[in-house]
Amino acid sequence: MTDAPDESADFDRRLAEARQRQGLEKPAAPDPKANPSLLGIGLRVGVEMAAAMVVGAFLGYWLDRVLHTKPFLLIVFLLLGGAAGVRNVWRVVGPKRPGRGTDGA
Amino acid sequence: MATTIDVMGQFKLATALGPVGASVNFTNSNLTMVVVCVLILALMHLGMAPRAVIPGRLQAAAEMLYGFVHGMCIDQIGEEGKAFFPFIFTLFSFILFGNLFGLIPYQFTITSHLAITGALALFVVGLATVVGLRIHGMHFFSYFLPKGLPIILAPLIVEVEVISYLSRPVSLSFRLFANMMAGHVVFEVFASFMVVMAASLGILGYVMAVAPFALDVAMTGFELLVAALQAYVFAVLACMYLHDAVHLH
Repeated sequence: MTDAPDESADFDRRLAEARQRQGLEKPAAPDPKANPSLLGIGLRVGVEMAAAMVVGAFLGYWLDRVLHTKPFLLIVFLLLGGAAGVRNVWRVVGPKRPGRGTDGA
Repeated sequence: MATTIDVMGQFKLATALGPVGASVNFTNSNLTMVVVCVLILALMHLGMAPRAVIPGRLQAAAEMLYGFVHGMCIDQIGEEGKAFFPFIFTLFSFILFGNLFGLIPYQFTITSHLAITGALALFVVGLATVVGLRIHGMHFFSYFLPKGLPIILAPLIVEVEVISYLSRPVSLSFRLFANMMAGHVVFEVFASFMVVMAASLGILGYVMAVAPFALDVAMTGFELLVAALQAYVFAVLACMYLHDAVHLH
C-alpha cells in the first residue's frame, strides 16, 4: 500500500462530498452561543429586569427598617433597582466586550 | 360541579416511602432528586462501560453530554474553565434530567420549586464570589467600578452594580422556577378542561375534549424544548458568572 496517504485523502474528499449532499455538513453550524436565539434573549431579559427591581425594593425596605428612614430609602433603591435592571438588560443585548467572541454576559 | 380545577395540587409536597419516609420527612421531591441522580449516574456508568471506539447509542449520549458541557466551560470561561467542569456538568445534568423527568406523566418536577432552584442559584453565585475573592483578593471589588467611569458618578454606579450583582441569584432561580412551573400549570389547565368537558357535556364533551388533548400533546413538544433550553441557560449563566469572577470584566 504505497499510495495509502493519497487514497485516504481521496476518501476524505469523497466523504466530505457525500456529507455535503446529504446535508450533514451544516454551513458553519449555527452556534447557540455565538448567535443566541431570540427566544433565549426574550426569556432572559424580562426576568433580569424584574429581578433587579425586586432586589432594589427589598434592599431599600430592609435599610428603611434598620435605619428608621421610612420611606425614603425604599424610593431611592427602587429607582436604583430599575437602573440595575437596565444595566442587566444592557449586559445581555448591548455590544459585546472586546476580547471575547462569545455571548458577552 | 363534579370536578374542580386544581392546577397547583401537582406541586404539593408529600412524604414518600411510607412510614419510614414520613418519620424523617423524606418527600416526593427528595425521592425524585435521588431518582434523577441515579439516572444520571446510570447513563454515565452504563454508557461508558463498553468503551467502544464506535459508540453505541448510550455511549454516544454520554459522550455528547460530556463534550457539550466541556466545550461550554472552555468557550465561556476560558482555559481556567476546565477546573469548573465537574461543577458545571453536575449542575447541567441535574437540572436537565430534573426538567425532563418532570415531563413524564405523574412524576414530580423538582425544578418547579423555588427552594430547589434558589439553592442552586445561591450556590452558583456564592461559588463565583468565593472564586473571585480567592483569585483577586480585595481587588475583586473593582468589579463594581467599571473601567473609564468618571469619578463623580462612582457613588451612584457602584450601588447600581451591587444591586445588579445581588439580582443574579434572584433572576437565575426565578427564570428556571417560573418556566417549569408555568409549563406544568398550563398542562394541568388543559387536562382539567378535558375532564370538565367530559363530565358536563356528555358524548359531545368527549368529542370536544380532543382539542385540549391535542394542545397538551403539542405542549409536550414545546416543554421538551423549554426543559433543555432552561437547563442550558442556567449552565451558561453559571459559566458567565464564573468567567466574571476569574477574569473580572
